[in-house]
Amino acid sequence: MKIAIPVDNQNLESSVCPSFGRAPYFLFYNTDTKENYYLDNSAVASQGGAGIRAAQVIADHGVKALLTPRCGENAEEVLRKSEVLIYKSIPGTVQENIDAFVAEQLVLLSDFHPGFHGHEK
Amino acid sequence: MKSKGVRIAILSGKGGTGKTLVSVNLASIAEKSIYIDCDVEEPNGHLFFKPEKVQEEVITVKIPVINDSMCNGCRRCVDFCKFNALAFIKNKPYVFEEVCHSCGGCMLSCSENAIGEQEKPIGKVLRGFSGSVSVHTGMMNTGEASGIPIIKSLLNDSIINEELPIFVDCPPGSACIVMESIKDADYCILVTEPTIFGVHNLKMVYDLVRLFKKPHGVVLNKCLDGENPAEMFCIENNIPILGRIPFDNELGRLNSDAKIASRESNRFRSLFTSLLETVKKEVRHETTVNPQR
Amino acid sequence: MKQLLILSGKGGTGKTTVASAFIKLSSAKVYADCDVDAPNLHLIMAQNTEPKRTDYFGMAIAEIDPDKCIECGLCKENCRFDAISNENGFKVEPFACEGCGVCEAFCPANAVSLKSAVAGELMLYVDSNTIFSTAQLKMGSGTSGKLVTEVKNQTKTTANPDTRIAIIDGSPGIGCPVIASLSGVDMVLIIAEPSISGISDMERIIKTSEKFRTKIGVCINKFDTNLANAEKIEKFCKEEGLLFTGRIPFDPLAVCAINNGQTIVDVDCPSGRAIREVFSNAMELLFKERDGVEA
Repeated sequence: MKIAIPVDNQNLESSVCPSFGRAPYFLFYNTDTKENYYLDNSAVASQGGAGIRAAQVIADHGVKALLTPRCGENAEEVLRKSEVLIYKSIPGTVQENIDAFVAEQLVLLSDFHPGFHGHEK
Repeated sequence: MKSKGVRIAILSGKGGTGKTLVSVNLASIAEKSIYIDCDVEEPNGHLFFKPEKVQEEVITVKIPVINDSMCNGCRRCVDFCKFNALAFIKNKPYVFEEVCHSCGGCMLSCSENAIGEQEKPIGKVLRGFSGSVSVHTGMMNTGEASGIPIIKSLLNDSIINEELPIFVDCPPGSACIVMESIKDADYCILVTEPTIFGVHNLKMVYDLVRLFKKPHGVVLNKCLDGENPAEMFCIENNIPILGRIPFDNELGRLNSDAKIASRESNRFRSLFTSLLETVKKEVRHETTVNPQR
Repeated sequence: MKQLLILSGKGGTGKTTVASAFIKLSSAKVYADCDVDAPNLHLIMAQNTEPKRTDYFGMAIAEIDPDKCIECGLCKENCRFDAISNENGFKVEPFACEGCGVCEAFCPANAVSLKSAVAGELMLYVDSNTIFSTAQLKMGSGTSGKLVTEVKNQTKTTANPDTRIAIIDGSPGIGCPVIASLSGVDMVLIIAEPSISGISDMERIIKTSEKFRTKIGVCINKFDTNLANAEKIEKFCKEEGLLFTGRIPFDPLAVCAINNGQTIVDVDCPSGRAIREVFSNAMELLFKERDGVEA
């Protein structure tokens, strides 16, 4: 299964990024084959709607589950409608989160914050 | 629309210095006048005027609507949007209204005529009367990001009688909503308080009015005994001081009970009458020396 | 690290006065000024070092190349923001432009391009112990929630993970910058003014804050300027189930302290004494565990 995680650095020992929409990179990881790749998050440069754009990228890559500590309402809507499940990540490295996910120890994220309205005017 | 009556904007940089106190009382003293509250996030003037015969107009912005049956899934609209207000979900575009800036770009970029528009309310304009003062209040709905369309509606109002003086109560700060509020002003009154915060923020609006080449003067509010850093700033920079309002317990109490001080007390009636005279003199002088129109 | 945000709705109620006192009382090692439009905290919290300065680029603004422009007027016709004038050739009004890109996309002569412009400056003061993050929005820029987010992010990237508390001085209003400052904070302390306008504004900011489901506390500043209104506010808090953290009297000595660049707890004065109780109640709520959910 293909999953995605917002990460601070491009390696499996990296911490999970506290922000989804404005994470510097996304890790895409196949839990069956262990193949993985990183992508720069284009949403970082956005004035607003970063969560929406980030969610769009995740959905476009055919991801089935996203592991993240937090997620906004707008991003959640895009992901839910695109049938991507959102799991609450745990403190620790990316590798630790992947292992926890595979062991079915992660819970679904249930608390979504309102949009940041980080755009101008 | 050019108004023959003078348009005076009252601004401050810092919040809570007395913009509403000054604008409400000047409009009240002028009697036949127009008061416009452009502080659409936290409008307060109407609490003082308690206007009657209030008419409400809902202000809307245009939000795109996707006609799914005509959409061919080309994604051009999603890719065009600079505000990330469109997402492509299950092969169809989806609109996020709260992030949309109503630029119309998605509609223009669609080759299939699959995007139309609908109106979304973001706030309202209330128009009423308090005596012979025409009171216009802009109110933005909580959660909305920008009040600019409401301010535009308030200031472009064709209902405004072009011969009466207009007092525009501006939002605090110096960001674009303030610029929108002073755009067509003939004169700007900067209200400040005798604290270092007051001066620091006075400098910002002072820069702003000079950038927009607006004639301006300062009202020193909440004056206490002793050194007044705001007064010193005005003297150092040759900024006309239009008047001084003392820090006064009775004024504070009247104000906190949302009473119009110049209507309640002779003392304040004189104070604001004399302030209005000074302002009128300054405006006449400025518009003769530096005609803007 | 717990984040406490100070808001008010109405301007001039005393956010910075309270924030600076809280910073002193809590010995907070991390603090930020999110009132990027009119920052004031640095005037009280004097810094010993030069800050690290970073340009903040706002949204891209359209620019018309007069050499390429064929004056067809399509840009002006399609601009929803009245941002293009044609008095002396077609020009973009930078303060009105929202960077939507419609003019760029529809110019038949490729004369329009969107260019990033500096819209403000971020400042980060770091010394051996403390981090102070602030910014100044350039005049006329869009009220930028994004700059506020960057002010907060600056504290996270450099803060020592053992830091207990961060105090954030917020901005007036209920719009973009306030919403951006609200995200991710643990508690909001609302400074209320006992006036009709103050109460009206307080209700609007409470409504805005409740959407974020943070803990909310309220305190009344200059309460003795109108006792009847002060009571109204206390009653309101009880009815709405909001923590009432205390009341601070109007105090001319506070003005003196502030004008001397000091906090109200640096001198002995009535407001300084009163704020200690407000602080203690606020801290209790901030560090209280929420049932069943991590604190």
